[in-house]
Amino acid sequence: MKQGIYTVEENTPLAEGVFRMRLRGDTSAVTRPGQFINIRLDGKFLRRPISVCDWDDGTITIIYKLLGDGTERMSRYPAGKTLDVLTGLGNGFDVGRAGERPLLIGGGVGTPPMYALAKQLLAAGKRVQAVLGFNSAADVFYADELRDLGAAVRVATADGSRGVKGFVTDALAGLDYSYYYACGPEPMLRAVWKTAVTDGELSFEERMGCGFGACMGCTCKTLTGFKRICRDGPVLRKGELLWDD
Amino acid sequence: MGRLSVTLCGIELDNPVIPASGTFGYGVEFAELYDINCLGTFSFKGTTREPRYGNPTPRIAEAESGMLNAVGLQNPGVDAVIAEELPRLKKCFHKPVMANVSGFSVEEYVEVCRRLDAQAQVGWLEVNISCPNVHGGGMSFGTDPHMAAEVTRAVKAVTTKPVIMKLSPNVTDIAQIARACEDAGADAVSLINTLMAMRIDIRRRRPILANVTGGLSGPAVFPVALRMVWQVADAVGIPVIGLGGVSSAEQVIEMMLAGAAAVEVGAANLTDPWACQKIIDELPAAMDRCGIDNLRDIIGGAKQWEKT
Repeated sequence: MKQGIYTVEENTPLAEGVFRMRLRGDTSAVTRPGQFINIRLDGKFLRRPISVCDWDDGTITIIYKLLGDGTERMSRYPAGKTLDVLTGLGNGFDVGRAGERPLLIGGGVGTPPMYALAKQLLAAGKRVQAVLGFNSAADVFYADELRDLGAAVRVATADGSRGVKGFVTDALAGLDYSYYYACGPEPMLRAVWKTAVTDGELSFEERMGCGFGACMGCTCKTLTGFKRICRDGPVLRKGELLWDD
Repeated sequence: MGRLSVTLCGIELDNPVIPASGTFGYGVEFAELYDINCLGTFSFKGTTREPRYGNPTPRIAEAESGMLNAVGLQNPGVDAVIAEELPRLKKCFHKPVMANVSGFSVEEYVEVCRRLDAQAQVGWLEVNISCPNVHGGGMSFGTDPHMAAEVTRAVKAVTTKPVIMKLSPNVTDIAQIARACEDAGADAVSLINTLMAMRIDIRRRRPILANVTGGLSGPAVFPVALRMVWQVADAVGIPVIGLGGVSSAEQVIEMMLAGAAAVEVGAANLTDPWACQKIIDELPAAMDRCGIDNLRDIIGGAKQWEKT
Protein backbone atom coordinates (compact mmCIF):
# COMPACT_ATOMS: atom_id res chain seq x y z
CA MET A 1 0.00 0.00 0.00
CA LYS A 2 1.17 3.51 -0.79
CA GLN A 3 -0.27 6.94 -0.13
CA GLY A 4 0.11 9.56 -2.81
CA ILE A 5 -1.27 12.68 -4.42
CA TYR A 6 -2.89 12.01 -7.80
CA THR A 7 -4.08 14.41 -10.48
CA VAL A 8 -7.42 13.91 -12.22
CA GLU A 9 -6.77 13.67 -15.97
CA GLU A 10 -10.21 12.61 -17.10
CA ASN A 11 -13.58 12.33 -15.34
CA THR A 12 -16.41 11.66 -17.77
CA PRO A 13 -19.80 9.95 -17.87
CA LEU A 14 -19.68 6.45 -19.35
CA ALA A 15 -23.26 5.19 -18.94
CA GLU A 16 -26.35 6.05 -16.89
CA GLY A 17 -24.97 7.27 -13.51
CA VAL A 18 -21.54 5.74 -14.19
CA PHE A 19 -18.31 7.74 -14.54
CA ARG A 20 -14.76 6.95 -15.59
CA MET A 21 -11.85 8.74 -13.90
CA ARG A 22 -8.21 8.58 -14.90
CA LEU A 23 -5.67 9.58 -12.25
CA ARG A 24 -2.00 10.40 -12.81
CA GLY A 25 0.56 9.49 -10.16
CA ASP A 26 2.67 6.68 -8.70
CA THR A 27 1.17 3.32 -9.68
CA SER A 28 3.95 1.12 -8.30
CA ALA A 29 1.79 -0.26 -5.46
CA VAL A 30 -0.79 -1.70 -7.88
CA THR A 31 0.26 -5.27 -8.55
CA ARG A 32 -2.81 -7.30 -9.53
CA PRO A 33 -6.13 -6.84 -11.30
CA GLY A 34 -8.99 -6.84 -8.78
CA GLN A 35 -7.21 -4.58 -6.30
CA PHE A 36 -8.77 -1.27 -5.26
CA ILE A 37 -7.78 2.27 -4.31
CA ASN A 38 -9.15 4.38 -1.43
CA ILE A 39 -9.83 8.03 -2.23
CA ARG A 40 -10.13 10.91 0.23
CA LEU A 41 -12.90 13.30 -0.83
CA ASP A 42 -13.31 16.92 0.26
CA GLY A 43 -15.73 17.17 3.16
CA LYS A 44 -15.92 13.42 3.79
CA PHE A 45 -14.25 11.65 6.70
CA LEU A 46 -14.06 8.11 5.31
CA ARG A 47 -12.26 7.40 2.07
CA ARG A 48 -14.16 5.84 -0.84
CA PRO A 49 -12.89 2.43 -1.97
CA ILE A 50 -13.10 1.94 -5.78
CA SER A 51 -11.79 -0.99 -7.80
CA VAL A 52 -9.05 -0.44 -10.35
CA CYS A 53 -10.22 -0.86 -13.96
CA ASP A 54 -6.80 -0.48 -15.55
CA TRP A 55 -3.37 0.94 -14.82
CA ASP A 56 -0.05 1.63 -16.51
CA ASP A 57 3.26 3.22 -15.48
CA GLY A 58 1.73 6.59 -14.71
CA THR A 59 -2.05 6.33 -14.58
CA ILE A 60 -4.85 4.48 -12.79
CA THR A 61 -8.31 4.26 -14.36
CA ILE A 62 -11.38 3.70 -12.20
CA ILE A 63 -15.06 3.40 -13.08
CA TYR A 64 -17.57 4.33 -10.39
CA LYS A 65 -21.31 4.54 -9.94
CA LEU A 66 -23.11 7.50 -8.35
CA LEU A 67 -24.44 5.98 -5.14
CA GLY A 68 -24.59 8.90 -2.75
CA ASP A 69 -23.26 12.30 -1.81
CA GLY A 70 -19.60 11.18 -1.92
CA THR A 71 -19.64 9.81 -5.46
CA GLU A 72 -21.81 12.77 -6.57
CA ARG A 73 -19.05 15.11 -5.39
CA MET A 74 -16.43 12.96 -7.06
CA SER A 75 -18.26 13.18 -10.39
CA ARG A 76 -17.87 16.98 -10.34
CA TYR A 77 -14.08 16.97 -9.90
CA PRO A 78 -12.49 18.69 -12.93
CA ALA A 79 -9.30 17.67 -14.71
CA GLY A 80 -6.31 19.05 -12.83
CA LYS A 81 -7.84 18.48 -9.38
CA THR A 82 -5.49 16.65 -6.98
CA LEU A 83 -6.61 13.83 -4.70
CA ASP A 84 -5.09 11.99 -1.70
CA VAL A 85 -5.28 8.29 -2.60
CA LEU A 86 -4.16 5.01 -1.03
CA THR A 87 -3.24 2.54 -3.78
CA GLY A 88 -2.49 -1.15 -4.00
CA LEU A 89 -5.20 -2.30 -1.58
CA GLY A 90 -6.62 -5.83 -1.45
CA ASN A 91 -5.39 -9.15 -2.77
CA GLY A 92 -6.70 -9.03 -6.35
CA PHE A 93 -7.32 -11.90 -8.75
CA ASP A 94 -4.94 -14.83 -9.14
CA VAL A 95 -4.26 -15.08 -12.89
CA GLY A 96 -2.22 -18.23 -12.31
CA ARG A 97 -5.38 -20.29 -11.86
CA ALA A 98 -7.05 -19.29 -15.12
CA GLY A 99 -6.42 -22.38 -17.24
CA GLU A 100 -6.66 -21.98 -21.02
CA ARG A 101 -10.25 -20.68 -21.32
CA PRO A 102 -11.02 -18.38 -18.37
CA LEU A 103 -14.49 -16.87 -18.03
CA LEU A 104 -14.85 -13.33 -16.68
CA ILE A 105 -18.24 -12.43 -15.19
CA GLY A 106 -19.04 -8.80 -14.38
CA GLY A 107 -22.28 -7.35 -13.09
CA GLY A 108 -22.80 -3.56 -13.34
CA VAL A 109 -19.90 -1.75 -11.68
CA GLY A 110 -18.40 -5.19 -11.05
CA THR A 111 -17.32 -5.02 -14.69
CA PRO A 112 -14.34 -2.59 -14.43
CA PRO A 113 -11.79 -4.93 -12.75
CA MET A 114 -12.47 -7.45 -15.55
CA TYR A 115 -10.77 -5.09 -18.01
CA ALA A 116 -7.26 -5.25 -16.53
CA LEU A 117 -7.79 -8.93 -15.79
CA ALA A 118 -8.70 -9.63 -19.43
CA LYS A 119 -5.64 -7.69 -20.59
CA GLN A 120 -3.30 -9.78 -18.44
CA LEU A 121 -4.92 -13.08 -19.40
CA LEU A 122 -4.89 -12.25 -23.11
CA ALA A 123 -1.25 -11.21 -22.86
CA ALA A 124 -0.57 -14.63 -21.36
CA GLY A 125 -2.14 -16.24 -24.44
CA LYS A 126 -5.43 -17.32 -22.84
CA ARG A 127 -8.72 -17.53 -24.72
CA VAL A 128 -10.77 -15.05 -22.68
CA GLN A 129 -14.57 -15.08 -22.59
CA ALA A 130 -16.62 -12.48 -20.72
CA VAL A 131 -20.26 -12.31 -19.65
CA LEU A 132 -21.46 -8.89 -18.55
CA GLY A 133 -24.78 -8.19 -16.86
CA PHE A 134 -26.65 -4.89 -16.67
CA ASN A 135 -30.21 -3.70 -15.98
CA SER A 136 -30.82 -2.34 -19.48
CA ALA A 137 -29.08 -1.21 -22.68
CA ALA A 138 -28.49 2.33 -21.33
CA ASP A 139 -26.43 0.90 -18.46
CA VAL A 140 -24.07 -1.17 -20.58
CA PHE A 141 -20.39 -0.15 -20.63
CA TYR A 142 -17.07 -1.73 -21.56
CA ALA A 143 -18.54 -4.56 -23.64
CA ASP A 144 -16.92 -3.03 -26.75
CA GLU A 145 -13.66 -2.24 -24.92
CA LEU A 146 -13.35 -5.88 -23.80
CA ARG A 147 -14.12 -7.03 -27.35
CA ASP A 148 -11.44 -4.66 -28.69
CA LEU A 149 -8.92 -6.29 -26.37
CA GLY A 150 -9.74 -9.63 -27.97
CA ALA A 151 -12.21 -11.21 -25.53
CA ALA A 152 -15.40 -12.98 -26.64
CA VAL A 153 -18.17 -11.00 -24.92
CA ARG A 154 -21.80 -11.84 -24.13
CA VAL A 155 -24.09 -9.20 -22.63
CA ALA A 156 -27.20 -9.92 -20.55
CA THR A 157 -29.74 -7.26 -19.59
CA ALA A 158 -32.52 -7.75 -17.06
CA ASP A 159 -35.07 -6.09 -19.37
CA GLY A 160 -33.78 -7.74 -22.55
CA SER A 161 -33.04 -4.41 -24.24
CA ARG A 162 -29.57 -5.68 -25.22
CA GLY A 163 -28.14 -9.18 -25.56
CA VAL A 164 -29.58 -12.09 -23.61
CA LYS A 165 -32.70 -11.26 -21.57
CA GLY A 166 -32.04 -12.08 -17.93
CA PHE A 167 -29.07 -12.29 -15.58
CA VAL A 168 -25.45 -13.24 -16.22
CA THR A 169 -26.29 -16.80 -15.20
CA ASP A 170 -28.80 -16.96 -18.10
CA ALA A 171 -25.92 -16.21 -20.48
CA LEU A 172 -23.62 -18.96 -19.20
CA ALA A 173 -25.39 -21.77 -21.06
CA GLY A 174 -23.20 -23.49 -23.65
CA LEU A 175 -19.99 -21.78 -22.61
CA ASP A 176 -16.94 -23.96 -22.22
CA TYR A 177 -14.55 -22.52 -19.63
CA SER A 178 -11.64 -23.64 -17.47
CA TYR A 179 -12.06 -21.29 -14.47
CA TYR A 180 -14.08 -18.20 -13.64
CA TYR A 181 -13.56 -14.74 -12.14
CA ALA A 182 -16.67 -12.86 -10.96
CA CYS A 183 -17.35 -9.40 -9.59
CA GLY A 184 -20.74 -7.81 -8.99
CA PRO A 185 -23.55 -7.39 -6.48
CA GLU A 186 -23.85 -10.15 -3.89
CA PRO A 187 -27.06 -11.71 -5.30
CA MET A 188 -25.26 -12.09 -8.64
CA LEU A 189 -22.22 -13.64 -6.96
CA ARG A 190 -24.47 -16.13 -5.16
CA ALA A 191 -26.17 -17.08 -8.42
CA VAL A 192 -22.82 -17.49 -10.18
CA TRP A 193 -21.46 -19.55 -7.28
CA LYS A 194 -24.44 -21.93 -7.63
CA THR A 195 -24.51 -22.06 -11.43
CA ALA A 196 -20.94 -21.96 -12.72
CA VAL A 197 -19.52 -25.46 -13.14
CA THR A 198 -15.78 -24.91 -12.60
CA ASP A 199 -13.70 -23.60 -9.73
CA GLY A 200 -13.42 -19.84 -9.57
CA GLU A 201 -12.92 -16.72 -7.50
CA LEU A 202 -15.32 -13.94 -6.61
CA SER A 203 -14.72 -10.30 -5.68
CA PHE A 204 -16.87 -8.75 -2.92
CA GLU A 205 -17.71 -5.29 -1.72
CA GLU A 206 -18.60 -4.05 1.75
CA ARG A 207 -18.74 -0.75 3.61
CA MET A 208 -15.18 -0.18 4.85
CA GLY A 209 -13.62 1.90 7.58
CA CYS A 210 -9.92 1.85 6.74
CA GLY A 211 -9.45 -0.35 3.63
CA PHE A 212 -6.20 -1.92 4.86
CA GLY A 213 -7.17 -4.37 7.60
CA ALA A 214 -7.04 -2.29 10.77
CA CYS A 215 -10.62 -1.69 11.84
CA MET A 216 -12.41 -5.04 11.26
CA GLY A 217 -15.28 -3.08 9.73
CA CYS A 218 -15.77 -5.33 6.70
CA THR A 219 -15.17 -8.86 8.02
CA CYS A 220 -17.12 -11.83 6.65
CA LYS A 221 -17.23 -15.45 7.76
CA THR A 222 -15.72 -18.09 5.46
CA LEU A 223 -14.88 -21.78 5.68
CA THR A 224 -11.26 -20.74 6.21
CA GLY A 225 -12.02 -18.28 9.02
CA PHE A 226 -12.94 -14.63 9.32
CA LYS A 227 -11.81 -12.64 6.30
CA ARG A 228 -11.41 -8.88 6.08
CA ILE A 229 -12.84 -8.01 2.66
CA CYS A 230 -10.38 -5.13 2.38
CA ARG A 231 -7.19 -7.02 3.13
CA ASP A 232 -7.79 -10.79 2.91
CA GLY A 233 -10.12 -10.02 -0.03
CA PRO A 234 -11.84 -8.49 -1.87
CA VAL A 235 -11.31 -11.68 -3.91
CA LEU A 236 -12.30 -14.94 -2.20
CA ARG A 237 -12.03 -18.46 -3.59
CA LYS A 238 -15.22 -20.31 -4.51
CA GLY A 239 -14.35 -23.09 -2.04
CA GLU A 240 -14.08 -20.68 0.90
CA LEU A 241 -17.59 -19.30 0.72
CA LEU A 242 -20.06 -20.23 3.41
CA TRP A 243 -23.26 -19.94 1.38
CA ASP A 244 -25.30 -23.06 2.09
CA ASP A 245 -28.44 -22.58 0.00
CA MET B 1 14.13 12.27 29.26
CA GLY B 2 13.36 13.90 25.94
CA ARG B 3 11.08 16.92 25.67
CA LEU B 4 8.20 14.73 24.42
CA SER B 5 8.46 12.10 27.13
CA VAL B 6 5.81 11.53 29.77
CA THR B 7 5.30 8.95 32.50
CA LEU B 8 2.24 6.72 32.58
CA CYS B 9 1.76 4.82 35.84
CA GLY B 10 5.48 4.58 36.46
CA ILE B 11 6.47 3.63 32.90
CA GLU B 12 8.21 6.25 30.81
CA LEU B 13 6.85 6.85 27.31
CA ASP B 14 9.05 8.49 24.65
CA ASN B 15 6.01 10.55 23.75
CA PRO B 16 2.34 10.66 24.82
CA VAL B 17 0.92 9.37 21.51
CA ILE B 18 -0.89 6.02 21.75
CA PRO B 19 -2.98 4.51 18.92
CA ALA B 20 -6.35 3.63 20.44
CA SER B 21 -7.74 0.12 20.69
CA GLY B 22 -9.76 -1.03 17.70
CA THR B 23 -7.95 1.21 15.23
CA PHE B 24 -4.55 -0.49 15.24
CA GLY B 25 -5.25 -4.25 15.32
CA TYR B 26 -2.36 -6.03 17.03
CA GLY B 27 0.12 -3.70 15.37
CA VAL B 28 1.45 -5.79 12.49
CA GLU B 29 -0.51 -4.07 9.68
CA PHE B 30 1.00 -0.73 10.70
CA ALA B 31 4.49 -2.17 11.25
CA GLU B 32 4.52 -2.85 7.50
CA LEU B 33 4.00 0.88 6.91
CA TYR B 34 6.34 2.50 9.45
CA ASP B 35 8.52 1.69 12.46
CA ILE B 36 5.88 1.56 15.19
CA ASN B 37 8.60 1.89 17.84
CA CYS B 38 8.21 5.64 17.31
CA LEU B 39 4.95 5.41 19.31
CA GLY B 40 4.65 5.99 23.03
CA THR B 41 2.93 2.62 23.04
CA PHE B 42 -0.31 1.34 21.48
CA SER B 43 -3.48 -0.20 22.83
CA PHE B 44 -4.22 -3.45 21.04
CA LYS B 45 -7.57 -4.70 19.78
CA GLY B 46 -10.11 -5.36 22.54
CA THR B 47 -9.60 -8.96 23.59
CA THR B 48 -12.17 -11.31 25.10
CA ARG B 49 -11.95 -14.84 26.54
CA GLU B 50 -13.48 -16.53 23.48
CA PRO B 51 -12.88 -15.68 19.82
CA ARG B 52 -15.61 -13.35 18.56
CA TYR B 53 -16.88 -12.61 15.07
CA GLY B 54 -18.68 -9.48 16.21
CA ASN B 55 -21.74 -7.90 14.63
CA PRO B 56 -23.14 -8.50 11.15
CA THR B 57 -22.13 -6.06 8.40
CA PRO B 58 -22.53 -3.21 7.52
CA ARG B 59 -20.52 -2.21 10.59
CA ILE B 60 -19.33 1.19 9.34
CA ALA B 61 -21.13 4.42 8.44
CA GLU B 62 -19.99 7.93 7.51
CA ALA B 63 -20.85 10.97 9.64
CA GLU B 64 -20.09 14.67 9.39
CA SER B 65 -16.42 14.90 10.45
CA GLY B 66 -16.45 11.39 11.78
CA MET B 67 -17.65 7.85 11.49
CA LEU B 68 -19.80 5.25 13.20
CA ASN B 69 -18.65 1.74 13.92
CA ALA B 70 -20.49 -1.28 15.26
CA VAL B 71 -17.75 -3.89 14.94
CA GLY B 72 -18.84 -5.58 18.16
CA LEU B 73 -15.47 -6.65 19.57
CA GLN B 74 -14.30 -8.96 16.79
CA ASN B 75 -11.10 -10.57 18.08
CA PRO B 76 -9.34 -13.96 18.01
CA GLY B 77 -9.72 -14.56 21.77
CA VAL B 78 -7.09 -14.38 24.50
CA ASP B 79 -5.52 -17.78 23.71
CA ALA B 80 -4.74 -16.80 20.11
CA VAL B 81 -3.57 -13.34 21.20
CA ILE B 82 -1.02 -14.93 23.54
CA ALA B 83 -0.03 -17.76 21.19
CA GLU B 84 0.04 -15.86 17.88
CA GLU B 85 -0.41 -12.08 18.05
CA LEU B 86 2.06 -11.27 20.84
CA PRO B 87 4.92 -13.37 19.37
CA ARG B 88 4.31 -11.71 15.98
CA LEU B 89 4.28 -8.28 17.62
CA LYS B 90 7.52 -9.00 19.48
CA LYS B 91 9.39 -9.00 16.17
CA CYS B 92 8.34 -5.45 15.29
CA PHE B 93 7.60 -3.67 18.61
CA HIS B 94 10.09 -3.53 21.44
CA LYS B 95 8.21 -1.44 24.00
CA PRO B 96 5.58 -2.43 26.58
CA VAL B 97 2.18 -2.69 24.88
CA MET B 98 -1.19 -1.71 26.35
CA ALA B 99 -3.48 -4.76 26.52
CA ASN B 100 -7.12 -3.83 25.94
CA VAL B 101 -9.57 -6.24 27.56
CA SER B 102 -13.31 -6.62 27.19
CA GLY B 103 -15.81 -8.97 28.74
CA PHE B 104 -19.38 -10.02 29.31
CA SER B 105 -19.04 -10.87 33.01
CA VAL B 106 -16.79 -9.90 35.89
CA GLU B 107 -15.31 -13.41 35.74
CA GLU B 108 -14.39 -12.97 32.09
CA TYR B 109 -12.64 -9.63 32.72
CA VAL B 110 -10.76 -11.26 35.60
CA GLU B 111 -9.61 -14.27 33.60
CA VAL B 112 -8.50 -12.33 30.52
CA CYS B 113 -6.71 -9.68 32.61
CA ARG B 114 -4.98 -12.31 34.73
CA ARG B 115 -3.67 -14.08 31.64
CA LEU B 116 -2.52 -10.94 29.85
CA ASP B 117 -0.97 -9.54 33.05
CA ALA B 118 1.39 -12.52 32.97
CA GLN B 119 2.74 -11.61 29.53
CA ALA B 120 6.11 -9.85 29.67
CA GLN B 121 5.28 -7.65 26.66
CA VAL B 122 2.23 -6.16 28.40
CA GLY B 123 2.91 -2.91 30.25
CA TRP B 124 -0.63 -1.85 31.15
CA LEU B 125 -4.09 -3.35 31.12
CA GLU B 126 -6.78 -1.12 29.65
CA VAL B 127 -10.13 -2.48 30.74
CA ASN B 128 -12.91 -1.56 28.33
CA ILE B 129 -16.13 -1.09 30.30
CA SER B 130 -17.53 1.14 27.61
CA CYS B 131 -18.15 -0.73 24.32
CA PRO B 132 -21.53 0.50 23.06
CA ASN B 133 -21.90 -2.22 20.41
CA VAL B 134 -22.47 -5.42 22.38
CA HIS B 135 -25.32 -6.57 24.56
CA GLY B 136 -24.93 -7.83 28.09
CA GLY B 137 -21.34 -6.65 28.42
CA GLY B 138 -19.06 -3.76 27.67
CA MET B 139 -20.87 -0.53 28.33
CA SER B 140 -23.29 -2.00 30.87
CA PHE B 141 -20.31 -2.19 33.28
CA GLY B 142 -19.24 1.36 32.56
CA THR B 143 -22.54 3.17 33.01
CA ASP B 144 -23.07 2.22 36.64
CA PRO B 145 -20.52 3.33 39.29
CA HIS B 146 -21.06 0.21 41.41
CA MET B 147 -20.51 -2.15 38.46
CA ALA B 148 -17.47 -0.14 37.32
CA ALA B 149 -16.01 -0.39 40.82
CA GLU B 150 -16.73 -4.11 41.00
CA VAL B 151 -14.86 -4.83 37.74
CA THR B 152 -11.98 -2.60 38.85
CA ARG B 153 -11.65 -4.31 42.24
CA ALA B 154 -11.88 -7.80 40.75
CA VAL B 155 -9.24 -7.08 38.08
CA LYS B 156 -6.89 -5.34 40.53
CA ALA B 157 -7.05 -8.38 42.80
CA VAL B 158 -5.50 -10.67 40.16
CA THR B 159 -3.04 -8.35 38.41
CA THR B 160 0.32 -6.74 39.07
CA LYS B 161 0.49 -4.24 36.22
CA PRO B 162 -1.20 -0.84 36.08
CA VAL B 163 -4.93 -1.08 35.40
CA ILE B 164 -6.51 1.63 33.25
CA MET B 165 -10.32 1.72 33.18
CA LYS B 166 -11.65 2.90 29.80
CA LEU B 167 -14.79 4.95 30.34
CA SER B 168 -17.95 5.57 28.36
CA PRO B 169 -19.21 9.06 27.54
CA ASN B 170 -22.75 7.68 27.40
CA VAL B 171 -23.45 8.54 31.04
CA THR B 172 -24.92 11.43 32.98
CA ASP B 173 -21.81 12.08 35.08
CA ILE B 174 -18.53 10.60 33.84
CA ALA B 175 -16.63 12.06 36.81
CA GLN B 176 -18.73 9.95 39.17
CA ILE B 177 -17.77 6.75 37.28
CA ALA B 178 -14.11 7.83 37.24
CA ARG B 179 -14.16 8.41 41.01
CA ALA B 180 -15.74 5.00 41.57
CA CYS B 181 -12.90 3.39 39.57
CA GLU B 182 -10.25 5.36 41.47
CA ASP B 183 -11.77 4.41 44.83
CA ALA B 184 -11.77 0.74 43.73
CA GLY B 185 -8.04 0.88 43.02
CA ALA B 186 -7.72 1.85 39.33
CA ASP B 187 -4.26 3.16 38.44
CA ALA B 188 -5.57 5.40 35.64
CA VAL B 189 -8.64 6.06 33.50
CA SER B 190 -8.89 6.57 29.74
CA LEU B 191 -11.72 8.43 28.06
CA ILE B 192 -13.76 8.70 25.95
CA ASN B 193 -14.96 5.58 24.16
CA THR B 194 -17.36 6.27 21.28
CA LEU B 195 -20.66 8.12 21.59
CA MET B 196 -23.74 6.03 20.84
CA ALA B 197 -25.16 7.15 17.51
CA MET B 198 -27.02 6.05 14.38
CA ARG B 199 -27.61 6.84 10.69
CA ILE B 200 -30.53 5.98 8.41
CA ASP B 201 -30.29 5.32 4.66
CA ILE B 202 -33.11 7.57 3.46
CA ARG B 203 -33.43 5.86 0.09
CA ARG B 204 -33.92 2.42 1.62
CA ARG B 205 -35.59 3.80 4.78
CA ARG B 206 -33.56 1.63 7.10
CA PRO B 207 -30.63 2.06 9.49
CA ILE B 208 -27.25 1.86 7.71
CA LEU B 209 -25.67 -0.27 10.45
CA ALA B 210 -26.89 -3.85 10.76
CA ASN B 211 -26.60 -3.34 14.53
CA VAL B 212 -28.87 -0.26 14.10
CA THR B 213 -26.73 1.82 16.51
CA GLY B 214 -22.99 2.29 16.62
CA GLY B 215 -20.30 4.42 18.21
CA LEU B 216 -19.41 7.87 16.84
CA SER B 217 -15.73 8.78 16.68
CA GLY B 218 -13.51 11.15 14.73
CA PRO B 219 -12.97 14.92 14.80
CA ALA B 220 -16.66 15.55 15.54
CA VAL B 221 -16.30 14.20 19.08
CA PHE B 222 -13.06 15.99 20.04
CA PRO B 223 -14.65 18.93 21.90
CA VAL B 224 -16.92 16.55 23.86
CA ALA B 225 -13.96 14.36 24.77
CA LEU B 226 -11.89 17.37 25.80
CA ARG B 227 -14.66 18.61 28.09
CA MET B 228 -14.97 15.19 29.75
CA VAL B 229 -11.18 14.86 30.20
CA TRP B 230 -11.25 18.29 31.85
CA GLN B 231 -14.05 17.24 34.22
CA VAL B 232 -12.49 13.89 35.10
CA ALA B 233 -8.98 15.30 35.60
CA ASP B 234 -10.55 17.63 38.11
CA ALA B 235 -12.35 14.82 39.92
CA VAL B 236 -9.59 12.19 40.33
CA GLY B 237 -5.97 12.07 41.42
CA ILE B 238 -4.92 9.22 39.12
CA PRO B 239 -3.63 9.85 35.57
CA VAL B 240 -6.17 10.46 32.83
CA ILE B 241 -5.56 9.34 29.24
CA GLY B 242 -7.43 11.59 26.83
CA LEU B 243 -8.90 10.30 23.59
CA GLY B 244 -11.70 11.10 21.19
CA GLY B 245 -11.22 12.63 17.77
CA VAL B 246 -7.56 13.61 18.25
CA SER B 247 -5.92 13.99 14.84
CA SER B 248 -3.14 16.59 15.15
CA ALA B 249 -0.17 17.55 17.31
CA GLU B 250 -2.09 20.66 18.40
CA GLN B 251 -4.97 18.52 19.67
CA VAL B 252 -2.52 16.36 21.65
CA ILE B 253 -1.34 19.56 23.35
CA GLU B 254 -4.94 20.67 23.91
CA MET B 255 -5.85 17.35 25.55
CA MET B 256 -2.82 17.58 27.83
CA LEU B 257 -3.68 21.13 28.83
CA ALA B 258 -7.12 19.79 29.82
CA GLY B 259 -5.43 17.29 32.12
CA ALA B 260 -4.43 14.28 30.02
CA ALA B 261 -1.18 12.56 31.01
CA ALA B 262 -1.12 10.77 27.65
CA VAL B 263 -3.27 10.86 24.52
CA GLU B 264 -4.77 8.11 22.40
CA VAL B 265 -5.44 8.55 18.70
CA GLY B 266 -8.22 6.46 17.18
CA ALA B 267 -10.22 7.10 14.02
CA ALA B 268 -7.41 9.19 12.48
CA ASN B 269 -5.41 5.96 11.97
CA LEU B 270 -8.14 4.64 9.71
CA THR B 271 -8.25 7.53 7.25
CA ASP B 272 -4.49 8.19 7.39
CA PRO B 273 -2.51 5.06 8.31
CA TRP B 274 0.56 7.22 9.04
CA ALA B 275 -1.40 9.62 11.31
CA CYS B 276 0.38 8.79 14.60
CA GLN B 277 3.83 8.96 13.05
CA LYS B 278 2.98 12.37 11.56
CA ILE B 279 1.57 13.67 14.86
CA ILE B 280 4.75 12.63 16.72
CA ASP B 281 6.93 14.23 14.02
CA GLU B 282 4.94 17.45 14.23
CA LEU B 283 4.86 17.73 18.03
CA PRO B 284 8.22 19.55 18.53
CA ALA B 285 7.32 22.32 16.07
CA ALA B 286 3.82 22.65 17.55
CA MET B 287 5.37 22.90 21.04
CA ASP B 288 7.79 25.57 19.83
CA ARG B 289 4.91 27.61 18.44
CA CYS B 290 3.18 27.41 21.83
CA GLY B 291 6.31 28.10 23.88
CA ILE B 292 6.37 24.63 25.45
CA ASP B 293 9.75 23.21 26.49
CA ASN B 294 8.65 19.85 27.85
CA LEU B 295 5.27 18.20 27.27
CA ARG B 296 5.16 16.71 30.76
CA ASP B 297 5.08 20.23 32.21
CA ILE B 298 1.78 21.17 30.58
CA ILE B 299 -0.49 18.40 31.92
CA GLY B 300 -3.54 20.19 33.34
CA GLY B 301 -1.94 23.49 32.40
CA ALA B 302 -5.24 25.20 31.63
CA LYS B 303 -6.66 24.40 35.06
CA GLN B 304 -6.12 27.89 36.45
CA TRP B 305 -9.08 28.91 34.30
CA GLU B 306 -11.45 26.53 36.08
CA LYS B 307 -14.95 28.01 36.41
CA THR B 308 -15.60 29.26 39.91
